[in-house]
Amino acid sequence: METRAPVQWIKHIEQYVKSSATPSQQAASVDAVATLIKNDTLTLEALVRGMEMYLTTTDSIIRSRGILLLGEILEQLTSKPLNSTSISSLIGFFTERLADWKALRGAIVGCLALLRRQNDSGIVTDSEAKAVAQSYLQNLQVQSLGQHDRKLSFQLMECLLDRYPGAIEDLGDNIVYGICEAIDGEKDPQCLLIVFRIVEILGRSYSGPLEEFEGDLLEILGSYFPIHFTHPKGEDDGVKRELSRALMLAFASTPIFEPFVIPLLLEKLSSSLPSAKVESLRYLSYCTTEYGPYRMAMHDETLWSCLKEVTYISPQSTLAMESESMGGMNFQESDVMKQAFILLQEVIRQSGDFISLIIGDNDILLFLNSLNQYKEFDAIPVQDKQRLHAVGHILTTCAKPSVALCNKVFKSVFPLLMDHLELSVAKPSENSYLDEDCVCPVKFNFGALYLCVELLAACRYMTVSLDNCTSVPGFSDQTWCAMLSDFSKSLVEAFISLLRSSVADKPQSAYVYFGVKGLQVLATFPESFPPVSKSIYDKILLELVSIVTSDCSKAFLWTLALKALVEIGCFIDKCPDSEKAVSFESIVVEKIVSLISSDDSALPSSLKLQAAFEIGATRKVFMLTVAQGLDEAINTIFSEKNDHWNPESDKLMVKLLDTYSQKVLPWFLEIGGPEEIPLNFALSIWDMIENRRSLNLNPLEPTSDVLGATMTAMKKAVGSCSKESQEIIINKAFGVLFSRLQQTHNLGNSSGRDEWLTSLFASVVIALRPQTNIPNGKMILQLFIISLLNGHIPSAHALGSLVNKLPLEITGMDSSRSFSLNEALDMIFHNFIGTSRYDNTSVNDGSGVNISSLRLNTLRIQSEINTVIGLAWIGKGLLMRGHEKVKDVTMALLSFLMLDREAAVVKQFQNLIEEFDEEDVHRLMICAGDAFCIIMSDSEECLNRTYHAIIRPLYKQRFFSTIMPIFLSLVVKSESSLLRSMLYRAFAHVLSDTPTTAILLEAKKLLPMLLDCLSMLSKDVMNKKIIYNVLLVISGILLEKNGQEAAVENAPSIVDQLIELTAYSHMMAVRETAIQCLVAVSELPHARIYPLRTKVLRATSKALDDPKRIVRQEAVRCRQAWASIATRSLHF
Amino acid sequence: MVSGLINANPIVYEKKERRTRSTPADVDEYAVEAIDQLEIFEHIRDIKDPEHPYSLEELKVISEDAIEVDDKHSYVRVTFTPTVEHCSMATVIGLCLRVKLMRSLPPRYKVDIRVAPGTHATEAAVNKQLNDKERVAAALENPNLVDMVDECLAPSYE
Repeated sequence: METRAPVQWIKHIEQYVKSSATPSQQAASVDAVATLIKNDTLTLEALVRGMEMYLTTTDSIIRSRGILLLGEILEQLTSKPLNSTSISSLIGFFTERLADWKALRGAIVGCLALLRRQNDSGIVTDSEAKAVAQSYLQNLQVQSLGQHDRKLSFQLMECLLDRYPGAIEDLGDNIVYGICEAIDGEKDPQCLLIVFRIVEILGRSYSGPLEEFEGDLLEILGSYFPIHFTHPKGEDDGVKRELSRALMLAFASTPIFEPFVIPLLLEKLSSSLPSAKVESLRYLSYCTTEYGPYRMAMHDETLWSCLKEVTYISPQSTLAMESESMGGMNFQESDVMKQAFILLQEVIRQSGDFISLIIGDNDILLFLNSLNQYKEFDAIPVQDKQRLHAVGHILTTCAKPSVALCNKVFKSVFPLLMDHLELSVAKPSENSYLDEDCVCPVKFNFGALYLCVELLAACRYMTVSLDNCTSVPGFSDQTWCAMLSDFSKSLVEAFISLLRSSVADKPQSAYVYFGVKGLQVLATFPESFPPVSKSIYDKILLELVSIVTSDCSKAFLWTLALKALVEIGCFIDKCPDSEKAVSFESIVVEKIVSLISSDDSALPSSLKLQAAFEIGATRKVFMLTVAQGLDEAINTIFSEKNDHWNPESDKLMVKLLDTYSQKVLPWFLEIGGPEEIPLNFALSIWDMIENRRSLNLNPLEPTSDVLGATMTAMKKAVGSCSKESQEIIINKAFGVLFSRLQQTHNLGNSSGRDEWLTSLFASVVIALRPQTNIPNGKMILQLFIISLLNGHIPSAHALGSLVNKLPLEITGMDSSRSFSLNEALDMIFHNFIGTSRYDNTSVNDGSGVNISSLRLNTLRIQSEINTVIGLAWIGKGLLMRGHEKVKDVTMALLSFLMLDREAAVVKQFQNLIEEFDEEDVHRLMICAGDAFCIIMSDSEECLNRTYHAIIRPLYKQRFFSTIMPIFLSLVVKSESSLLRSMLYRAFAHVLSDTPTTAILLEAKKLLPMLLDCLSMLSKDVMNKKIIYNVLLVISGILLEKNGQEAAVENAPSIVDQLIELTAYSHMMAVRETAIQCLVAVSELPHARIYPLRTKVLRATSKALDDPKRIVRQEAVRCRQAWASIATRSLHF
Repeated sequence: MVSGLINANPIVYEKKERRTRSTPADVDEYAVEAIDQLEIFEHIRDIKDPEHPYSLEELKVISEDAIEVDDKHSYVRVTFTPTVEHCSMATVIGLCLRVKLMRSLPPRYKVDIRVAPGTHATEAAVNKQLNDKERVAAALENPNLVDMVDECLAPSYE
């Protein structure tokens, strides 16, 4: 091995040093040698000895490559332990080579690799590092090197500074001087990033040696600020941000830089370039925090004058879009202003004295004293509004950070504002109740109002951030607190009188906005806060509630007041069980809830319900109260004595129920609220029905709107209950229903009154979970079957849901009460199938049920139609759970569909056909065709996930693949065109709800049928929806690769059919889709479609004159597509 | 045909924002939407200038106001403004407009293309050439011209 190894690695070295070697070959050689050393196959000493010739030759190219190779190998060995002798000899070698400018890169790489080694594998000693640094300073002319070499040398310096502070410290001034020299004039962004980092480290850790040179250093660095590329490129943004951050860190690295940095930044702030302003403000904020208040104190005045210039004297802000609804003062601040306020906040937080500059500022004082100019909101010019906004923002920024600052701001500004508002300290003797005709200022000073509300909001922000719901003692000792307590009462009165005055009549008045905001701010101070006493709090709530309950004519005020109440409620939610929560509940929640059922208020019921829901949503307890209120309101309407409801209470009932099912129940579901809510709701409705009967009132005859709303609410409520609760509900419902039925002794006879009962019961059954036990299944089933035959559609839904969810077999003890699917199916089929089985030879699947012999229990065609609808829903239920009996149902539906057929499988229909006129039979057949739509499509009413249906995956595909062969053979066999059109109707329904992937597999077989189907159905205007759906299927086929293959064979007939449909006058979407399909056809192989070109062009030329614009546009595209498949496209 | 650009540095204007027509929620299936100015403009706005990679709209060669339509009498007139007076591309632009409208409008339409009065040196000649059926047909027999027109029209079909 010893003899073979050298040969191997020397080959690698030769490979590397060769001048023709590519970078990837070189990398491979480095890897190979490094691996040998890592495996200890080769020692480092042996390597160096072996490379001697390359490291010392006078040919500088070979030498530089050799040294670079050694450096790169060492780079790979960072985690291999090396003994100190090899390290010290290697570092000595590289240190020396730093002087060899012709082979420099290898030396730098080697030094870096050695210096970066981790402690546990052997590192360079301090004295060796010092030698490297010395050699660096002596020999390297960094700025005369290429970009990559500069980058490496900067990395070397950064590494030295970062890792060997002891060694560098000794070098003293030299190092700073050397660095200055090295970085002066650097322009490459990547190198600059390291340069900035070097200065940052220097500033942080070497403030001693810096003392003399910081001026020079910053003169060099200062020229980079603000970071700006003269030749911007697309990807510069990220680099720019990175550089800017690095420079900021360098500037802020040590307070010693302050005398140089701050004047520089302040100077740049006066630049006209907005980006430069933003940058300097950003740097200033950062440096302020880093340099500390002591250093910054001397710049306070200049800082303030700069800030004032940016924010107050020439504020850059624009009215935001939605400003109107925000009181007309919602300004969008420019980036410069935003950054300025961040700086202001930083400075104020740092030094407590800064604030006296602001408060004492003459301009600001002048502005505050001249607030009288800004009495009338509409009369204030935009510039002054900007200024007002700016002053507001400055004051709030000052007040926010701490209590002491807040005190100062209050002391200087608050009395002034109160003067402007013409408010005085409330006398304790004054009547605590607000006088209706209390004297209020005739004209409010808007400027003062605005500043006052903003200031209050700032205080609130400050207290809340300090307080966090635990009482902090000592608030009352604070100046601002005392001042506010004096005025809080008169402030509230002023706000209230503002809302009552005539300014509130104006839509979107700024006064109203800030009046309401003021009240809201005062009401959302923390519990422990003394200035807002309970009586004042109550007064605010009373006022807001009275607005919400009475004043819907002023929509703006109403919305604001409600929003404020919601905010107050949300705030209370954070500290429950407090005094304020109690009064909120008694004043607001109860009042609002009582509104729901009262009809004397002027408020429209939809607004009442909106208010009730929004207030309720602030807290779970409140929502419970609201739900209770809704229950009571529903109850009241229920127990009205008259037989027929008046239309008013009808509408109200619908709204109440909708609020329940669309808002309250989902809200509880979302927060995972108690199950009692839906349970109680469902039970209470059944209670109401029961009570009405026991009171011997006539049962209700509600309109279909109310019935629909009640059913939806019932379904939602039952659906969100657990199994146990559902059992309670179904038992209750069953009790009510059957005691009623026993009275009438007529099971399922559909008088309108029973329909109401049956519908509600059906709603319960629809929403049950599969696990829920159903009592007296037989009776229930019987009831539904009978009412279905009488034309009650919800019963059909219920039947469908039952067969979908009933257990296949009964397990356990409780078999007497439960009911299995097979029993149910037996009953169902028994009822739909005749007792006379004289003709049961044709279809018998062995299960004892022979569906082909359908019984016609009455001779009324309507009842046949009802049967068909029932079968459709039952079939859907069975199909979704994947039960095999769905086949029987399908066959039954098909036999209805084919009534027309003479000498058919269904002989017993013969007499039927003779008895009915043709039109009736036709109707029945159409209904049977549409049954397939019911089976395949998703329903909102029942059999979906919300109502816990059992859904087997891919059930649609399965149905599609079983029914398609049957359809295909039936279509081929059928001779009469009526029959064919009926079959196609069913076929189209199935196809349009089948996922495209399933259709694509059969595309070849289906396409001819689809085309036939289109031509058949397009004869009747009533079929336009179906035609559209079929067209969508075809376009789905044409857009997929598999489908296109199938389409190629049928291209001529497809094109013929599509051309026909481009002139389909009854539906625009059909024409549009047909033309789009033609475009898709133009993608098919050229040879196949070329002969069709003239035909298509002729047809689409007609479409250019279509009455609808969209169709014309599609026609233009289509013509272009078809024209360009020929070589000379211009010849249309 | 021509060496060097006729107008080497044309002024490029901003594109007008695409107006989306507001469609009422329940559209009358049988109501007729007449062909109007905007629809014609939509057809031709994206045609590329023969010289530059800009659309005719961007160069303000055509504008919505310079289109006259009379749907009842099946008549449309497009007036376009060449970027420079001596522009020899005017006939090509006119040809592009005509071809595009020929393909996009129902055959009942009579299309009239003309240069805006006073914007071209040989205005009368260009107008005559553009509205002469024989000469248009002859121009479209020239494969070079056809290629050129096709290239200009390509963006208007996207």
